[in-house]
This record gives sequence, structure tokens and C-alpha cells, in this order.
Amino acid sequence: MLEIKNLKVRIGDTEILRGLSLSVKAGEVHAIMGPNGSGKSTLAQVVAGHEDYVVTAGDVTYMGNNLLELDPEIRAREGIFLGFQYPVEIAGVNNAYLLKAAVNAKRLHQGLGEIDAFEFLKVAREKMATLGMDPKFLNRGVNEGFSGGEKKRNEVLQMAMLEPRLAILDETDSGLDIDALKAVAQGVNALRSPERAIVLVTHYQRLLDYIEPDHVHVLSEGRIVRSGDKSLAHELEEKGYDWLREVANA
Amino acid sequence: MSSENIESIVNRRYEHGFITDIESHGLPPGLDESVVRAISTLKKEPQFMLEWRLQAYRQWREMTEPTWAHVHYPPIDFEGISYYSAPKSDADKPQSLDEVDPKLLETYDKLGIPLHERARLAGVAVDAVFDSVSVATTFKAKLSEAGVIFCSFSEAVREHPELVQKYLGSVVPRRDNFYAALNAAVFSDGSFVYIPKGVRCPMELSTYFRINAANTGQFERTLIIADEGSHVSYLEGCTAPMRDENQLHAAVVELVALEGAEIKYSTVQNWYPGDENGVGGIYNFVTKRGDCRGDNSKISWTQVETGSAITWKYPSCLLRGNNSVGEFYSVAVANNMQQADTGTKMIHIGANTSSTIVSKGISAGHAQNAYRGLVKVMPQAHGARNHTQCDSLLIGKNCGAHTFPYMEIKNPSAKIEHEATTSKISADQLFYCRQRGISEEDAVNMIVNGFCKEVFKELPMEFAVEAQALLNVSLEGAVG
Ligand SMILES: Nc1ncnc2c1ncn2[C@@H]1O[C@H](COP(=O)(O)OP(=O)(O)OP(=O)(O)O)[C@@H](O)[C@H]1O
Ligand SMILES: [Mg+2]
Repeated sequence: MLEIKNLKVRIGDTEILRGLSLSVKAGEVHAIMGPNGSGKSTLAQVVAGHEDYVVTAGDVTYMGNNLLELDPEIRAREGIFLGFQYPVEIAGVNNAYLLKAAVNAKRLHQGLGEIDAFEFLKVAREKMATLGMDPKFLNRGVNEGFSGGEKKRNEVLQMAMLEPRLAILDETDSGLDIDALKAVAQGVNALRSPERAIVLVTHYQRLLDYIEPDHVHVLSEGRIVRSGDKSLAHELEEKGYDWLREVANA
Repeated sequence: MSSENIESIVNRRYEHGFITDIESHGLPPGLDESVVRAISTLKKEPQFMLEWRLQAYRQWREMTEPTWAHVHYPPIDFEGISYYSAPKSDADKPQSLDEVDPKLLETYDKLGIPLHERARLAGVAVDAVFDSVSVATTFKAKLSEAGVIFCSFSEAVREHPELVQKYLGSVVPRRDNFYAALNAAVFSDGSFVYIPKGVRCPMELSTYFRINAANTGQFERTLIIADEGSHVSYLEGCTAPMRDENQLHAAVVELVALEGAEIKYSTVQNWYPGDENGVGGIYNFVTKRGDCRGDNSKISWTQVETGSAITWKYPSCLLRGNNSVGEFYSVAVANNMQQADTGTKMIHIGANTSSTIVSKGISAGHAQNAYRGLVKVMPQAHGARNHTQCDSLLIGKNCGAHTFPYMEIKNPSAKIEHEATTSKISADQLFYCRQRGISEEDAVNMIVNGFCKEVFKELPMEFAVEAQALLNVSLEGAVG
């Protein structure tokens, strides 16, 4: 589904991704771990199409097409969803309104009509209930005054409504209490299917207890330095990243 | 100036015989007393009206243009303006929509203006516009049943001189300011409304349906009187872009609310702002004032302004009656090279008067948007209250927002609250929306509409929908 080959990315004068390759197939769940500042969010933003990041080399294909040619909104409508590490607040814009606009943008792209307003509310309320979100969040400004954990849940709500083909969740587990973590994991697991793929960026093995990954990668200094199965996550939890740096430098 | 001089000037340019000629060709540029007389004669006005105009003209001559507003423009040549232009004959107008500028039609399309209204807006010859004529006729019948007078200003001067004489200039005196004085001297036409005691006007009044509305021109004058216990909602303007050969527009609007009366005045204005460089746009210098003359009266101004190269406009309320209420809700958009200096004045005179100000300024491109508001509490105004909320939204890096709140509080019991915010549409917000599949343009519209909703909810329903569409069109291409 997503093929990244030898990707090099700059922001300003600094090279952040330095020859990164990653292959994600339909039905898989990948976890990406790695030290702060190693480039995990950069990777996520580049896949989503953020224009501040300059791709200097490499290819990214999504569903067999060159992803880098597409505008961010087209990528989204084609099924790429990014759960942001720091969801932005948009004061004055109703949360339900944004959500509905997003759902409709995708539906129109797929040649479907706009969603019926009642149907939309019904589905949104159901999804919120499973995420343990109070329906009143629908009527607040987008992320406006939300707590850290509430913002993350709101990202998962959007994901659940949009039913993406490829979901990238950038530290959606950070800042969540234990109930929220379970709820989020449940949201992600509900999405798991043979046609979909999920990429989890996380610092904690804990999330992977609830969402079992098929592959675990370690990103360090702009490259994937190690890949393995879920046991790699346990190893990292025990030994930290220094162990890997030593291995890499040896 | 000696009286002989005046006499000779009066007769210099337009002797009687020329009047018919002027009717078909308009007046050549220039302004002196003979021009004022000629206008009054053309309109077959009674003597009191001519006297009033002449006094205004003489006062205007002594005044100078104000320079305090945060706007810049080349000096206006008042001798270069024609103060009476002949109404266009039907033969000169486009005969059908096929003859209208396709760009204008495209804008109508974007604004969702119904087909049958487009012809009228585009100035197609009246014969071709049956719909609005028949609608207007039913409309007029309903109003006269209720005893409401709604007509052009010229008609009111002829048909209801006692009302005009009693209220004209009683809210905005002739010499109130430079542009008000100029308007008083040469005003072309406008609307007149009188709501009798205890009558709730059966429908929203709109300039749109005004009979004989042709050619109100650049010096429009409106007078609305709500007698005791009456109620009226008046809509001015329309969302269609208005072009005009006349660059300078100086309108005056006077509202009088007697005891227990309520006037709601809504404006959606979309004067041509000029091209991206500001060339050819309208200068809009307006004096709007409402007088809550009776106890328990209320005047509410709501406006959505997107047009004009330069806007200079402060709809105000004189809260004279005890317990009277003044409101001002405004959205002012400035894009490209537009300059807007708008705001309001709330003058608390009566006891327990209260006022609310909600101002939303949006700046994009290289535009400058200034809010200027005065809250004045007179010594006798016990228990006066004001709440001001003044928000600015910036789109892009090259625009500016400026806030100039003035307060003059002369009664210690007054409760005055002022809140102000400035926000930007950030690149992060736009990217967030785009990542959710929403185009950048839709994202901007969404954020802008969210920012303005407090004001939109004050507009009558269909007007609010139009205003929203208008805003979206005005900000097209504002980002990127
Ligand atoms: N706009 C920017 N300007 C300059 N440097 C940037 C910018 N964005 C990211 N960087 C740098 O790029 C590097 C990678 O950042 P990135 O956010 O991808 O790290 P990360 O792996 O997600 O870290 P964390 O685990 O802390 O979230 C960091 O050193 C960061 O400072
Ligand atoms: Mg990160």
C-alpha cells in the first residue's frame, strides 16, 4: 500500500530524513519507535503532504501511484489519515461541522452524495460513546480548550468517522490516562481489516499491549536502523536506544 | 461672501431654461449654489427643502475634510464631480442578460442569486424584469394596509413634507461633519420610512423593493421614523457587487425611535473595491446615526461590509430615552488594497441605558482594517452599561488590524467592559483541515464564518446566508 524508498527530506538547511525506506502492506500494523528528534513526526508529515518539508531524494508510492504529486487534501480523500502529535485548535469552528465537512469531502471524492445530517449525528454519537467521549464535544470549537487527552480522543473520533485506508497515528497514546488508552486502542482495533493499514508512532510498549503490531521499526537519525516483530519493542523497553546505537556503530 | 456675489453665482451656470436639458443629460461637474438650486428644482421640491440645502451648502463651504481616519487616498476634487446625473433611459440599458458582463454574471452565480433577480441587479431595462415589478406591487399594497409609509426620499418630500420637515436633520445635523454637510446640500435620493404608533411592520423592508428606486446616486439619504411602540426591520444593500461610475459616495442615514419603538437596521454592502491594486474602487464615507429618542426604545445596527476601496463609517446610537438600548454588530472585511476605518459611537444620555458592540474585522492581502469606537457616558446617565467585544482576524502576513477604543465616562455608576482579541489563520490550521480532506479555500471559509457567527446570527435568515456566501467570494484567493 505504502512504499517508501530511500527518502531524503530537508527542512530549512537541515536534512532530517536521510535515506529512509519502509514498506507497509494492506492488513498490517506497523509501530515506529525511536528517540526524540529522530524524524518520526517528519515522516508522518511528509506522507500527509506538509509543504514545509522538502523531499530531496527518494520515492513514495501509495496504492501504486506517486504520492508526492498529490495535494494534501487529495491524499486525505484517497484514504490517508494522520493523527497529529499536536492537534491544532481552531477557535469558532464547530467540531461537528469540521467533522462533517471532512466526511463529505471524502464522500464527494468517491462519487457519493453528502451524508444525511441525521445519519451523520447518529454515527458520530455512536463512535463517541465507544471512545468514552461526551457528545457535547461535538458542539465545541475544534480542539478549543480541549485537554491533551481530549484532543487525542478527538483525533481518533475523526479517524473512526473517516475510516481511512492508511492511518498514521503520531503519538496518539501520549498523554492518555489508562481508560483513554484502552478506548483509543479499541478504536484502532475496530479499524483493523485486510484492506487497511495502520502505522503507530509511539514511545511506549504499553500501547502495543493493546494493539498488536506485525512489525516494529526503530527510527534513528533519519533512518530505520532496525526492524523486527513485536519482541523488538520489548527489547527496546528493557535496553533503551543506546544499545542500538552501539550495534549500529560497531 | 457678499449677497450680490451669491446672487451672481446662483445664476451663473443654470438658468431655468436649462433644466430640461439637465434632466436628460445631467449636470456638468462642479458645485456652487446654482447647482444646489438646480437639483432642488429638478426634484420639484418645496421651498423649505431648498432653503435647507442652501444652508447646508454654505456650511459645507466653511468646513474641511477630516483627516483623522486611518485611511489614505489622493485628494478628492469636489469640482470634478457631477452632482446630478440623468437617469439612464431604458434604451441605454442592456436589453437582456446576454448583454451583461459575463464576469458579473459569474459572481451572481457564486452568490447563488436567483435568475429572476439577476436582470434587475445588472440594470437590465425594466420591461424585461416583470417579476420584481409584480412582487413590488403586492408588497406596496400590504404596507399601505398597515399604514406604513415606505417610499423614495423625493416622493416623501413631496407627499409627506410635514414629516420630513419635522425629522430631517434632527439626528444628523447638516453641519455634523464634512460629508454629512455635502450630502445635505446635494443629496440625490434615498429611502423614507414612517411606521405609525403601535404598528409592527408586517414585513422586512428592503431597499430592494423600493419603488422609484432608479438612480439614487452617490449622495443617498435615508430617514426612518418609528413612532411610539412600533417595530421595523430594514435591510439595506445587497450582496451583488455594485459598480458605479461615481467614485465618491457620501450617504446619510437617520433613524428616530420614539418611546418603546424598535428599529433593526441591517446592511450588507458590497461596493466595488477596485482591482488588486485598488484602482477604480468606491470611496464610501457614510454617516449613520440612530436616535433612541423615547424611553424603552431600541436601535440595532448590523452590518456586513466587504466592498469599497475605502470605507469610513460609524453607525452610532444616541441613547436619550431612559432604559433605551443600542446595539452594533459588524463584520468588516478588507482584502487586497482595501482600507476600512469603521466602528461605532454609543452615547449614553438617559438613565439605565445599555449598549452592546460586537465588531469583527477581517484583514487579508495588503488591507488595513481599523476599528474605532467611542463609548460616552454623560453625567446624567445613571446606571449605564456597555459591553464591547472587538475581534480581529488576520489572513496572511501583509495586512493590518488596528483598534482605537475611546471612552469618556462622566458618571461613576457606569459599567463598561471591553474585550479585544487578534488572531491569525495559521498555516497549521490550514494544513490540519487539508489533512482532513478539506480544501484550503473551504478551510478559510469555515474559519472566517466561525469567526463571524455572532454577527451573522443577528441578520435576518436569508440575508445571513447571502452574507456568508459574499464573505467567501470576497476572500477568494486570500491565502496562497
Ligand atoms: N520546522 C522545523 N524547523 C527546524 N527543525 C525542525 C522543524 N521540524 C522538525 N525539525 C527538527 O527535525 C528533527 C526531527 O523532528 P521530528 O518532529 O520528526 O522528531 P520526532 O522523531 O517526531 O521526535 P519526538 O519523539 O520528540 O516527537 C528534530 O531535530 C527537529 O528539531
Ligand atoms: Mg514527533
